[in-house]
Amino acid sequence: MPKIGTAGRKGTGVRSDCHVSLEMRESGGLEISVQSRVESMYGASIRTLCKEVLEGLGIRHARLVMEDTGALPFALMARIEAAARRAGASGEFVPEMNPYCTYETQRDRFRRSRLYLPGNEPRFFVNAGLHRPDGIILDLEDSVAPAEKDAARVLVRNALRQVNFYGAERMVRINQFPEGLQDLEWITASNVHVVLIPKVEEASQVREVDKRIQNLRKAQSIRSPVYLMPIIESAMGAIRAYEIAAASENNVALALGLEDYTADIGTQRTQDGRESFWMRSIIVNAARAAKIQPIDTVFSDVADMEGLKASVEEAKALGFDGKGCIHPRQIAPIHEAFAPADSEIAKATRIVRAFEKAQAEGLGVVALGSKMIDPPVVKRALRTVDMAVSIGRLSADWREGATNE
Amino acid sequence: MSEKLIENAAGRLVPAEINGARQVAFQGVGKYHPKGNRHGPPLVSCADYPADGNKVVSSLKTALKKAGLRNGMTISTHHHFRNGDLVANAAFDAAAELGVKDLRWFPSASFPCHAPIIKHLESGVVHHIEGSMNGPLGDYCSAGKMRGMAVLRSHGGRYQAVQDGEVHIDIAVIAAPTADAFGNATGDRGPSACGLLGFALADSQYADRVIIVTDNLVPFPCIPWQIHGNFVDHAVVMDSIGEPAKIVSGTTEITRSPDRLLIAEHAARFVEEAGILRDGFSFQAGAGGTSLAFSIFLGEMMRERNIKARFARGGSNQHLVKMLEEGLVEYILDGQTFDLDGVRSMRENPTHVNTSPFTSYNYHGKGNFSTMVDVVVLGATEVDVHFNANVVTHSDGRLLHGIGGWQNCLFSKCTMLPIPSFRDRIPVLVDRVTTLCGPGELIDVVITERGIAINPARQDLTDKLRGSSLPIRPIEEIKAEVEEICGGKPAPPKLGEKIIAAIKWVDGTVIDCVRQAEATAFPS
Repeated sequence: MPKIGTAGRKGTGVRSDCHVSLEMRESGGLEISVQSRVESMYGASIRTLCKEVLEGLGIRHARLVMEDTGALPFALMARIEAAARRAGASGEFVPEMNPYCTYETQRDRFRRSRLYLPGNEPRFFVNAGLHRPDGIILDLEDSVAPAEKDAARVLVRNALRQVNFYGAERMVRINQFPEGLQDLEWITASNVHVVLIPKVEEASQVREVDKRIQNLRKAQSIRSPVYLMPIIESAMGAIRAYEIAAASENNVALALGLEDYTADIGTQRTQDGRESFWMRSIIVNAARAAKIQPIDTVFSDVADMEGLKASVEEAKALGFDGKGCIHPRQIAPIHEAFAPADSEIAKATRIVRAFEKAQAEGLGVVALGSKMIDPPVVKRALRTVDMAVSIGRLSADWREGATNE
Repeated sequence: MSEKLIENAAGRLVPAEINGARQVAFQGVGKYHPKGNRHGPPLVSCADYPADGNKVVSSLKTALKKAGLRNGMTISTHHHFRNGDLVANAAFDAAAELGVKDLRWFPSASFPCHAPIIKHLESGVVHHIEGSMNGPLGDYCSAGKMRGMAVLRSHGGRYQAVQDGEVHIDIAVIAAPTADAFGNATGDRGPSACGLLGFALADSQYADRVIIVTDNLVPFPCIPWQIHGNFVDHAVVMDSIGEPAKIVSGTTEITRSPDRLLIAEHAARFVEEAGILRDGFSFQAGAGGTSLAFSIFLGEMMRERNIKARFARGGSNQHLVKMLEEGLVEYILDGQTFDLDGVRSMRENPTHVNTSPFTSYNYHGKGNFSTMVDVVVLGATEVDVHFNANVVTHSDGRLLHGIGGWQNCLFSKCTMLPIPSFRDRIPVLVDRVTTLCGPGELIDVVITERGIAINPARQDLTDKLRGSSLPIRPIEEIKAEVEEICGGKPAPPKLGEKIIAAIKWVDGTVIDCVRQAEATAFPS
């Protein structure tokens, strides 16, 4: 029986993807047959790439049939590798790490918006960063069909190494514990910044994921940190929110998902969200207690921009630092809503000035007029000023300007 | 085939002769000033026409026979019915029944619904087509199967060619949504209403013989008369001249693509930051999804800042009509209506004015509107690093689109191309465009999802946008990024020797030509 593996997609409506069928053979060398929508432009380079990937996977005799609708090289390589693995090959073909994929993140960076991208849909990857979300999530969980998990892992790894996300924080949502542990082997060495762990119900799950990541980092001498964002989506998870938030020093944020949660507590999501008010408050409090960022769930009606705005304003009022997005057009309204008001910015600059003056004078106490300023207030003011500068509401050299005092 | 080729001012090799007629090669923008008189149809006498004004004959076949149809003649049609036209096919079916051969079809554009013409090309009834081709006709022509060479002209270039005699129309067949027996006709009402008939204006004035075909004959007078019955020889009544759902075809869907929306938003912001958005300004945006989104963003800015446009040039659609009715736009000067709201508005609103290639685009006019528009947004299939653009061929060399009013619109005060930097894996920004349709000196700004490139010739725009938060970048830099994403420079298309189509510039000179393309196994 010849071993045949297929991967990728074809048919009407498929764009920027390819379908690969690979038959392993005992002899006869490599036979490569390509039909491509971009034949006249890239036909020759596609054939060269096919050969390179097969040889890289240690396959010497095989017949490869490809139907290509304009897949970019990172996707072509991923589809060939996925087909080869399904045909029984065991090697990996790890593409080189592009220089623009190596930037690092920071523990306390802004995480106002995080854009979900289905992990097995290569055509959404390349332009996602142009919409300037704070984070991009390559999703291996709910948006990927169970039969495609293996193919999505290869594709996500290649995307992390080859696609420019233009400064967005590079996140991957792995599968639910314990299956999700396997996903880590595909992403840890490819500069993933934050691993999102779905449906967390116990602190030990976070610790398991963290341990696996630390082992992989050690084994592969990875220096940059890999942070965690547990997502709580059940009644039990909500009850244990603080333990989960405090489970690892690599946790940077705590998020929630409401579809599963509302089902779990025996109700449905409504527009005004009374059924989830307690849950969201718990998440905010647990995250703040653990000194990490509380992040709200997605707003799922892409067409309803007014509803989105109201939802983000509510999230901000409840204490959240960010919100999920499922469409790039949701990013700007989210950033706008999380932006500080002019009065907040003005107040924050006064506090930062007072703080810097106190530091320069070696004073331990910050005072504004006759009022003492507590350290947490100073910290929040510093963050407000940072954000105001980053969104262009305050010039970077604001200290040079008039003081208004 | 061994045509004699000459190099034109844009460095393109073009045929010295097309279908037996000597050609002038492109000499540069505004450089060609031909002398002579306008071409004209023969004198007629009203005594030869029925005094009761009834020019109705029994069928299109009878009308063509009475009009003296014979081998080698040129028959023209208009494309206001777009993909819902039934008249052009009926005209050539009738010609086939009359046994004539070697006709030249001179449509203002052809559509996929005209695929039946292929059988007339095969049988010899039609010799060749001069007009835009896409779909099955485009593929047929691209494959080199047409006997003569196709000639693609802009809307303005078509008027120019008719007016200076480059193309002599023997018989114009004009589909008219409403007409009277005298031949007065309008497009703004009737079951096949399409708004206006501007693309048929030159045909009515300059053809030797004019046939009006309608499915809605009204008693004299047909008011308004967009086409004057005084130019018309015969009127024909058909059961149906068009398929209404395909005439107003819903091409007016705003894009949902986040990347296209980003491009449209950047285009609108560019207009604002360049200082073009001010009270009394004018604009033109096409019917494509990105152009529509541009209009919507522009409208939002106009509302916020209480700015009104003096006029907008159409293609009209429901969104532009809404801006007119809201008072954001004082006049629509409309060349074609794309949906039923456009048709209704043109019929009912005196500030929604029907125009023609004569008023808007014609090279032989004493001026035209195109140069007076403040900002125009247009599409393109390819743009090179010198801002030269292609609008007719796919990057693999196949004919894909007509020129439409595109070349004419380049003469606006600020021409912007809001386009993706690549489509799937097909780079739009390239080293050299496959087919040159618009010289870079007329293209001011290219707006892609990866950055905005201002033509270095427009130092004024560069200065205005200094310090902008918009991603202004050199075009070479955006092109290099696209090539990096796509995995290298695209190989040039594999083209045959045979020249299958010539591209005319707005003045009638030849700016480029299209060679036979290798058939792709995998058409997009």
